[in-house]
Amino acid sequence: METNHYWEQFTRSFAIVKKNIRIYYSKGPVIIFGLLVPFFLFLSFYIGRSMPVEALIPGLLGMTAFFTATSVGPAIVPWEARAKTLERLISSPLSIWTIFLGDVLSSFLFGALVSIFPIIVGLCIGVQIANPLILGFGVVLATFCFASFSILLSAYPPTDTPASIMMLSSMVKFPLVFISGIFIPIEELPAWGKIISSISPLTYFTDLARYSIQGNSYYPIELDLTALVAFAIIFLVTAIKIHERTMQKRL
Amino acid sequence: MEVTNLTKHYGELVAVDHISFQVKKGELFGFLGPNAAGKTTTIRMLTGVIKPDGGIASVFDYDVLREGLKTRQLMGIVPEMANAYVDLSAWNNLMLIGELYGVPKSLRRERATRLLKEFGLYERKNHLVRGYSRGMKQKLLLCMALINEPQILFLDEPTSGLDVESQRLIRDMIRDFNKNGVTVFLTTHNMDEANQLCDRIAIINHGKIAAIDSPERLRLRSSGLQSIEVSFDKEVGMEELKFHGVNEAKKMGDKLRLYVDEPSVVIEKLLDFARSKKLKIITLNTLAPTLEDVFLKLVKEG
Repeated sequence: METNHYWEQFTRSFAIVKKNIRIYYSKGPVIIFGLLVPFFLFLSFYIGRSMPVEALIPGLLGMTAFFTATSVGPAIVPWEARAKTLERLISSPLSIWTIFLGDVLSSFLFGALVSIFPIIVGLCIGVQIANPLILGFGVVLATFCFASFSILLSAYPPTDTPASIMMLSSMVKFPLVFISGIFIPIEELPAWGKIISSISPLTYFTDLARYSIQGNSYYPIELDLTALVAFAIIFLVTAIKIHERTMQKRL
Repeated sequence: MEVTNLTKHYGELVAVDHISFQVKKGELFGFLGPNAAGKTTTIRMLTGVIKPDGGIASVFDYDVLREGLKTRQLMGIVPEMANAYVDLSAWNNLMLIGELYGVPKSLRRERATRLLKEFGLYERKNHLVRGYSRGMKQKLLLCMALINEPQILFLDEPTSGLDVESQRLIRDMIRDFNKNGVTVFLTTHNMDEANQLCDRIAIINHGKIAAIDSPERLRLRSSGLQSIEVSFDKEVGMEELKFHGVNEAKKMGDKLRLYVDEPSVVIEKLLDFARSKKLKIITLNTLAPTLEDVFLKLVKEG
């Protein structure tokens, strides 16, 4: 009976995913913050530097996965609160977990699908992928982790203004990009930089991507994978708990 | 549905103050009140949108708070403050809601087609809801509330702001669903609508229930609201008609309306008055209080 109940709720979260794909993937803030911003940020870093492509692709992949997987999630709840559709969901026979799992999965899909492009670009320009399985697994794990992080970003403050949340989430996301070994490899960071970088989930994915493409990593690969799983669980549970507490203020 | 001492505060304001009532299975129950009386807050607590600060509510023996998923599965809801997804078509809105309620795909397609045809939206089923008129959106919200074939339907001001034709269509539909055994909980501030549709009515004011009864009994039990409408062949001053037993006299066009406790006593006095003044009575009608009169009296008293 209980298993049926959880399975039923899980399947209903796919209805939320379909709805989010239809509505939010083409929203302006998602396109701007999820695709255009990381693309131009990467170009500004790459142009005028002579770096081997093998060193560039992990960074590009990390940034793409991070920005795309965190671009859909923060927009959904404020958008729905403003459009008065959130009440429709809350009054449906759905647990709050079902609603947010649907939001996480839709963010995850967006991030995972767009992250394929830098890999294809890398392959087209002759980059060899040393560990394709680890890379594939890492992309799935990292985009799920970042998608959970994106739901956390929209949890507080309980606003119904998507632009406010997108701005606030950018203030969190940009510093993380600079401390996560994307532009400067972790081993080249000063000691305090290494400590700060260890609190960013993006650090572990970038490290994992370097291992998969270049064959070397700063952390042991098991640590990268464990850290991504741990961050995903912490983000997801915390986000849902905060949303549960603040939901009444949005309605 | 059974509600006991349901309470909700917003800071200092008591939006709903220990209200209790029951709704029988298959009943069409009206919830009337002026703006900010607590109608929407009550319906939002009953449908699990907001949590009450106190009291208990159960629907078909399931506790609304503790067994929210089970109760919501049995409900169809047309909320006052919620919308359909304007970036989706009517069809996709119905498919979404059907899926959220666990309606199998073939059944939800069949029901969506039937409902859209019944409400006259089928031709525009693939258009984005963004381009729908208010009336069309309201009809769609009703379709969305019915896709899971609910056992209880919560309607929060379903005809508010609609044209006469749409209002009539929606009222006829509500009547039909109720005839088919669906319990209906309807909030409105339209007296005529409540009078036409409801088996029983609760009047809420300042968060408290002022009265619960059938529309007829509510009208009859309101003493002092019965009236006599009279007109004479010559003009008569209102002061002349303030006999003993007349609570209030008002000029209504070319007629005079007297609010009385006992119409028969006052009619005799009116006849004596007409004879003594050599006046001819043109019209003489006794009027039962309207539901609106009762409502206004109760609201004023509250």
